[in-house]
Amino acid sequence: MSIPVLKFDAVIVGAGGAGLRSAIQLSEAGLKTAVLSKVFPTRSHTVAAQGGVAASLGNSEEDHWTWHMYDTVKGSDWLGDQDAIEFMCKKANEVVVELEHYGMPFDRTDNGKIYQRPFGGHMSNFGEKPVRRSCAAADRTGHAMLHAMYQRNVKANTQFFVEWMALDLIRDEEGHVLGVTAMEMETGQIVIFHARATIFATGGAGRIFYSSTNAFINTGDGLGMAARAGIPLEDMEFWQFHPTGVAGAGVLITEGVRGEGGILRNSSKERFMERYAPNAKDLASRDVVSRAMATEIKEGRGCGVNKDYVLLDITHLDPATIMKRLPGIHEIGLQFAGVDCLKEPLPVVPTCHYQMGGIPTHYSGRVVMPKDGDMNSVVPGFYAGGECACASVHGANRLGTNSLLDLLVFGKSAGDSAVEDLKAGRAHRELPKDVADRTLARISALDNRKGGANVHETRLAMQRTMQDHAGVFRFGDMLKQGVAKILEVEKAARQLEIKDKSMAWNTARTEALEMENLIEVAKATMVSAEARKESRGAHVRDDAPDSAEFPNGRNDKEWLKHTLFSPVDNSISYKPVNMQPLTVEAVALKTRSY
Amino acid sequence: MSKRMVQFSIYRYDPDKDDAPYMQDISVELEPTDRKLLDALTKLKAKDDAISYRRSCREGVCGSDAMNINGKNGLACLTDIDSLKQPIVLRPLPGLPVIRDLIVDMTQFFKQYHSIKPYLINNDPPPERERLQSPEDREELNGLYECILCACCSTSCPSFWWNPDKFVGPAGLLAAYRFLADTRDQATNERLDNLEDPYRLFRCHSIMNCVDVCPKGLNPTKAIGKIKDMMVRRAV
Repeated sequence: MSIPVLKFDAVIVGAGGAGLRSAIQLSEAGLKTAVLSKVFPTRSHTVAAQGGVAASLGNSEEDHWTWHMYDTVKGSDWLGDQDAIEFMCKKANEVVVELEHYGMPFDRTDNGKIYQRPFGGHMSNFGEKPVRRSCAAADRTGHAMLHAMYQRNVKANTQFFVEWMALDLIRDEEGHVLGVTAMEMETGQIVIFHARATIFATGGAGRIFYSSTNAFINTGDGLGMAARAGIPLEDMEFWQFHPTGVAGAGVLITEGVRGEGGILRNSSKERFMERYAPNAKDLASRDVVSRAMATEIKEGRGCGVNKDYVLLDITHLDPATIMKRLPGIHEIGLQFAGVDCLKEPLPVVPTCHYQMGGIPTHYSGRVVMPKDGDMNSVVPGFYAGGECACASVHGANRLGTNSLLDLLVFGKSAGDSAVEDLKAGRAHRELPKDVADRTLARISALDNRKGGANVHETRLAMQRTMQDHAGVFRFGDMLKQGVAKILEVEKAARQLEIKDKSMAWNTARTEALEMENLIEVAKATMVSAEARKESRGAHVRDDAPDSAEFPNGRNDKEWLKHTLFSPVDNSISYKPVNMQPLTVEAVALKTRSY
Repeated sequence: MSKRMVQFSIYRYDPDKDDAPYMQDISVELEPTDRKLLDALTKLKAKDDAISYRRSCREGVCGSDAMNINGKNGLACLTDIDSLKQPIVLRPLPGLPVIRDLIVDMTQFFKQYHSIKPYLINNDPPPERERLQSPEDREELNGLYECILCACCSTSCPSFWWNPDKFVGPAGLLAAYRFLADTRDQATNERLDNLEDPYRLFRCHSIMNCVDVCPKGLNPTKAIGKIKDMMVRRAV
């Protein structure tokens, strides 16, 4: 069967924040670039980001990128690579100002500068007190940002392939990446995108959990493709549970609510964060707040008939401020909780939100993996940025507003690195003979299988397993069982059956293909979590409790290292954390408290 | 809310096997936690995986799941099921070619959006820091920049139905005014020239369907009025 081949200088998979930021670099450099997206670019999940993007602009009070760097290292529970963190924090002002120049409608201070608000874990003077670092457009920062970057790409004449789903990564025998196979959703046609550079910006996979703030499209497609092509996944045990998802619905309520003065309360109206984080209180880091909430609920101080949520209270704030700074939250409260937050507190629970791990990358955006004894050998022709990548700047726990910064900085650097490599002469390499075999086999199996597993039920089984066995609090025996269970689900996920056989906009087929990606992520997560026998950041287990020897259960002697999950044989290896920043002194290991 | 059976009548069309579209009667049992129409569609799709629609964020910010619900355009994820009269009649957005079931071809819609040059034009060399803008000037963009491009407005507009190739439509014109209203943009005259045409702007007859259906509560008619004012002021 002959499959059409489209040749480009570069192919970018994903048109959310990271993909659009990369595309600007490539298009403006005059390279022939294709951007593939399952959805129209402004429908990508970056659109749902609310509270802001971090940059030490210092528009309202003194701030420094070194303070931001300190907060990010501490937030990561020292698992973040300090060279990448320095790179990101130093670049923040530049990329945020660029966005403003693209036309992003940031809110403004009285003197016309970009408005900044406080956010969890962002402090002045190396951890002293909350600082106004989050650059915001009301509580719609992601929407404003995504549209501004799409618009800039329209100006730059970027070529989009809208509603195309990438299916498999093309690698040759020497390990070079040569592009992707992809499917046009409207027609079901399979096409090969042959490129000199391939950039993944496919976002996260929050849909592996039952309760998630993530969009339906967040199915870890980039991770699934990388895994099938034999590329390991880094630090997959670290998932962020955002403290404030709407109870029941899962819809995100920005931390910006607490940045503007919102307070978390338990059933006796107590501001319980004062007990868990006496200094930062409600603006402690997300893992800390989520655990505090889960503890309150576990110990019977939750609210409602089932005592299964806590309250986020902003009724003491000026209604005019709420309507100006948090209008979207007011809307969400009415829509998804039936609550007018001007008058009543919002019911919230920790909800799966962000994947700290991902495809291992250098801070230049180049994908790296172990080869011939080098733990960080570059995979030629392959780049990644944003949530699907692990640079690693977020380590064991990401600070709020650092995700939008990550996708700007590393979207841009992945684009720049691709431009640099192409200008240095990287050519199209010959496509392997079996280039599309894997893809065609997957599609044909789906179309022909009878008596296979139901997609909806398989997905639910995976989501329930992840939720029950790898949640906010983790337990050694539950993780062990979780691994066995998820391997069972994997068997079903390899035998999916769809009833819909149409070639036209077949969403049943899309969902089955997404499920094949989700299960790679779920498996990597469960196996990596079971293997890490300490507590760190968002990964907290009962058998690694707080002790004098291991404060917060963190064991730097044995576990200050990145996990690498190999999808080839489900095995785990480790690589050292880079504790050496580029130009400044390292942030020394310390017990983490807020 | 409790468990309940909900009746639907859904527009179905698969170009691969159907000669013509038809309405399918189908019902589904919903859990107490199913509040929104999109929750019901998810349940329906679990029953019949061929039912086709777009969806993504499920919280009203991505603009994917616009459809015609009991005769009125809206987002499935923001529509309360229990507010709807049964059987709930679901059709694709009117006026655009149907690809399959509730999925329409939005090419024409985006073509019009792109035609207004939806990006900031400022030819001065960018300063080192942000361009300054007063809070009052920034306020002018409220009610404009929040558009999610769901197309509820343009596909409820009779003028867009008749002339989708010539009339920019409410969504595109709202975007046009978003840049006209931005103190940082320098292309006012060029933008107005681009709209000075019997069709592109002036086919708007203030029917205001767009305002009625906008799931974000925006007012394209008002923005269009402001563009018309700018045209007049420019002429005198």
